[in-house]
Amino acid sequence: MLKFATKRIGLALVIAALSVTLLFIIIHLIPGDPARTMLGPRATAEMIADLQARMGLDKTLVEQILIFFGNMLRGDLGMDIFSNRPVATIVFEQLPHTLALILSAIAWSATLGIFLGCFSAVRRNSLADRITGVLAVSFIAAPAFVIALYSLLLFAVKLKWFPAIGAGEPGDIGDIIWHLVLPSFAIGLSWVGYIARLVRASMLEIMGEGHVRTARAFGLPENWITYRYALKLAILPTVTVIGVGMGFLLSAAVFAEIVFSRPGLGKLVIDSITTRNYPVVMGSVLVSTILFVASTTLSDIVNAILDPRIRQAK
Amino acid sequence: MENDILNIRDMSIHYSTPRGTLKALRHVNVSVPKGKIIGVVGESGCGKSTLISAIIRLLAPNANLASGAITFDGKDLFGLSEDEMRGLRGTDISMVFQDPMQTHNPVLTIGRQMTDIQYRDDMTMEQKTKRAVDMLTQVGIPDPAARLNQFPHEFSGGMRQRIAIAMALMARPKLLIADEPTTALDATLEVQIIKRLEELQADIGCSILFISHHLGVIAELCEEVVVMYAGEVVEQGSVREVFHSPQHPYTKALLECDPGHIKEKTRNLPTIPGEIPDLVNIPAGCAFAPRCPRVFDACHTQRPEWTRIKEGQHALCHLAGKEAVQ
Repeated sequence: MLKFATKRIGLALVIAALSVTLLFIIIHLIPGDPARTMLGPRATAEMIADLQARMGLDKTLVEQILIFFGNMLRGDLGMDIFSNRPVATIVFEQLPHTLALILSAIAWSATLGIFLGCFSAVRRNSLADRITGVLAVSFIAAPAFVIALYSLLLFAVKLKWFPAIGAGEPGDIGDIIWHLVLPSFAIGLSWVGYIARLVRASMLEIMGEGHVRTARAFGLPENWITYRYALKLAILPTVTVIGVGMGFLLSAAVFAEIVFSRPGLGKLVIDSITTRNYPVVMGSVLVSTILFVASTTLSDIVNAILDPRIRQAK
Repeated sequence: MENDILNIRDMSIHYSTPRGTLKALRHVNVSVPKGKIIGVVGESGCGKSTLISAIIRLLAPNANLASGAITFDGKDLFGLSEDEMRGLRGTDISMVFQDPMQTHNPVLTIGRQMTDIQYRDDMTMEQKTKRAVDMLTQVGIPDPAARLNQFPHEFSGGMRQRIAIAMALMARPKLLIADEPTTALDATLEVQIIKRLEELQADIGCSILFISHHLGVIAELCEEVVVMYAGEVVEQGSVREVFHSPQHPYTKALLECDPGHIKEKTRNLPTIPGEIPDLVNIPAGCAFAPRCPRVFDACHTQRPEWTRIKEGQHALCHLAGKEAVQ
């Protein structure tokens, strides 16, 4: 297990380094000069050259990348052009809001999705299965920002059950959860459908396998076979999908944060892109990238914990 | 009757399919006496699997009992509730399946699976584990206590089949159904497994319904044999009689196809020409008629009678008992 985890984490570090490099190059290719943007239209050529030198923009791309990595390892992601605060501080102020949003969305949608998937699988082709199927596909088809807008209009504006904007009073857990409900619902809903379909499909496949027949032939209770024997196998592809799904949730979180005016990484990226605040764009996208690599790695490790065949694979 | 642990009378199982009713089993009679080993032979598609599924009542949802009944240990199996039936599975009736690579759950340890099936027994975990260890020792798994913590993929096919046998016999069942338990294994392992099964059967005193298409194994292990073709029992009798003087042309053809019977060197292994009939549109008369080397007019129009040849040998053929099938 330790060997598997070490290998997988090593690989993740390599992937993270490569994606950060790629990211750096892509940002570099975006038209527009950060120094010129900062100084405004009336800056002289000397002033621009001076700032470019201070920001390290006069060095070659390779040098810039190496310097960037060196700084990154020391936790330095550069300075915000406008507020002159460290980017790392800004990003880590926003990160908890996005993490809370994504993790809560994953948690509720996976729980409900797995339940609905099992529910459908054991009632295969019944009316209940068909209704669940239609619901699941509708959830998948509904874009997160549409759900966000309509749930805002219905539950916050009209019914006033939940607050419309913000992330709640810092330190007040109840209030924070209160503010989390609608955005989490909006970005998690399509995942309920997706996970329900996936779990149903893999449950049906597994319930037809020989070992389930054996379990039945030994008279094990049907609930036991479904939830302790089959689900443990059927959950494996779902874990992988949730790992990859973190990436999609990160982008869905952007919509939710805009619609609900929540602080968070998504909102930070959008704001900094519109103001051409490159260090902040770089810093927040970098953290998102690392978050994504970490979540896929974590899902691999969870799969290895659940499945001895993966764990012991040479 | 009183001596039979399992008695199948006039059983027909039909499947409803989009093409129509598939008559997988038709008027099957099989009885398994207490403490005896009965063999069932037949090629793929003859209804062996349906027969087994019917006995443990794990038939596909589209299957139904069209006629007949199964009596096990005095109980009418199709008259039991689902819970009563489940109570028999794994206690009085056990199964060993064909493919040992698919028999066990791949993400649970062998120990967990062996203790789980004892869930009905009021024993501590240590006692259940001890029983599992004892049983693994009996089927010849070395160092069983340590191996209980391993997962199925850490065992070879032969080992897994021994574990399957250990699991099936752990509850000391009255009837063991073995569905081609050695088909997936190589020849040397086959002999070992058969020997072990024979010893355990003698020890426990259970009956075995042994399904195989390996005639040599049936001859070695069983006292009586049931030959099935296209959903019917075509011949039944003691192994000695059926193997030495087969009455049904299908049995005869099957014996000729057994590589163990071929004495001369040949380039072409014998086969039975033709295919099993479509069980949705079964031909009138005898089901084997289209492939039968001794077919005559009546075979295409009249259903043959279940004919007694001599004490303990019956066949379903117009020629049965009239002349020796050459």
